[in-house]
Amino acid sequence: MATEQSRTAARLMVSPAVILLFLWMIVPLGMTIYFSFLRYNLLMPGMESWAGFDNYYYFLAQPAFTSALINTLLLVGGVLLITVVGGIALALLLDQPFKGQGVVRVMVIAPFFVMPTVSALVWKNMFMNPVNGIFAHIAKAIGVQPFDFLSHAPLASIILIVAWSWLPFATLILLTALQSLDREQMEAAEMDGANWINRFVYLVLPHLTRSITVVVLIQTIFLLSVFAEILVTTNGGPGTASTNLPYLVYAQSLLNFDVGGGSAGGIIAVILANIVAFFLMRMIGKNLET
Amino acid sequence: MARKTTPAKTAVVTIAAWTIGFLIFFPILWIIILSFKTEGDAIKSPLQVLTSGWTLHSYAEVQTRSNYALHFWNSVILSLGSTVLALVIAIPAAWAMAFVPGKRTKDLLMWMLSTKMMPAVGVLVPMYLLFRDFGLLDSRIGLVVVLTLINLPIVIWMLYTYFKEIPGEILEAARMDGAGLKSEILYVLTPMAVPGIASTLLLNIILAWNEAFWTLQLTTKNAAPLTQFIASYSSPEGLFYAKLSAASTMAIAPILILGWFSQKQLVRGLTFGAVK
Repeated sequence: MATEQSRTAARLMVSPAVILLFLWMIVPLGMTIYFSFLRYNLLMPGMESWAGFDNYYYFLAQPAFTSALINTLLLVGGVLLITVVGGIALALLLDQPFKGQGVVRVMVIAPFFVMPTVSALVWKNMFMNPVNGIFAHIAKAIGVQPFDFLSHAPLASIILIVAWSWLPFATLILLTALQSLDREQMEAAEMDGANWINRFVYLVLPHLTRSITVVVLIQTIFLLSVFAEILVTTNGGPGTASTNLPYLVYAQSLLNFDVGGGSAGGIIAVILANIVAFFLMRMIGKNLET
Repeated sequence: MARKTTPAKTAVVTIAAWTIGFLIFFPILWIIILSFKTEGDAIKSPLQVLTSGWTLHSYAEVQTRSNYALHFWNSVILSLGSTVLALVIAIPAAWAMAFVPGKRTKDLLMWMLSTKMMPAVGVLVPMYLLFRDFGLLDSRIGLVVVLTLINLPIVIWMLYTYFKEIPGEILEAARMDGAGLKSEILYVLTPMAVPGIASTLLLNIILAWNEAFWTLQLTTKNAAPLTQFIASYSSPEGLFYAKLSAASTMAIAPILILGWFSQKQLVRGLTFGAVK
């Protein structure tokens, strides 16, 4: 039973958070939108002039944009495919009773807590390095020419690194969801002669659908912004072979000092993310009602 | 009711699970092993690495190469500072929304969440210029503010889902017994809210510690946390595997330990309560 007094108190308690988040959302984003319509280079201060939609035009028309967009989608899609399929398989496996469940669980979750710069550099040097990496040592041991992962398959290598970081997240969430599955229903199905494929398709998968959707959407939000892994492994190269949208914006604005063009790219990234966010918000909003 | 399993099936599951678990964990295990090797041994083949001698030399080297302690301290300050600041702002807000819900509470929560959906790169340019103009580049205070703001929606959401689970009847009972708003918060709510606040604190420290966009963009040296320090190893200088391993081991160890304690909260926090 809320009184008038407690309502006023509640409003006062919420307002600092609301004001801060409102400022955080509106001020920098407003500035980005403003800059995106300016001819503005950090090397030529005081020369800003109105550019209309030129920045958008040049940003979208450059060949690097198309490849960055494709790379962004490949990165998101590739990591999602590995983590969701792998996560379901791992969650099913870890859900079985076996000795040392707790220890294995801890080992599987661990990569999620490794900071992006560490995981990227460790994979780059200790594993993928064509001379001293473990993969190179294995290749030499079996008499195969070592493969230079980051020069010849830069995007695939980055997908592998990022997937390693996110596989634990998918596994953990799907495992949590799996544990709330009705065991008696599963046993009843087993007794009725349903084999494991049928049990998986008709009982497990429908039960997991919601969690899979959540995993896909949340990971997409984070994967659209992958940056550190690219910065420390390939710097977006060779050429633009591993440049994604965030990295392109970074390169344009802070390496080439083109504030206007970078801002236009930033706005395009925001629009792309919002399309995904729209669906995620609807999912979470529905959940709030129950 | 226990499921019936044959010994053979259990054996297969055990072997498969341990093998896969070990493979996933292996890169972490490997840097821990390499951190105790000399630079010369660290680049040898895996078998030679395992049979070579052990040393603590790299850990000493890391500190001489650059001020490791400073970067570690920066990580501590940034993650703790931004977490505490976020909690101070979020606890009253989440409390009010959970216990005095209004017509627009749900919309407000969704709007807060939507601020988290904005990709960082969308505001990179203005943030960089604002930081430059206010002299905040490479300062801890500026980064604490940014980290607080980017994690605030998650903190509010997590606290809200925890507070929501505190039964409202308890509050009414306390009010019947004549408890005022102050004693209601102090003696009834706080004890029940502490576990939720602790989990939120833990998860947020982890997220802030590993944040690697703003920390890389807005710091260079003095305020650089471990994410930025480790990134400095991306341009190799001679033999550096053992040093990189030692620096990495120290950078991830505290969070690995915290993380293992917070598995459950992680699911809840990162899915905004959609999966519990």
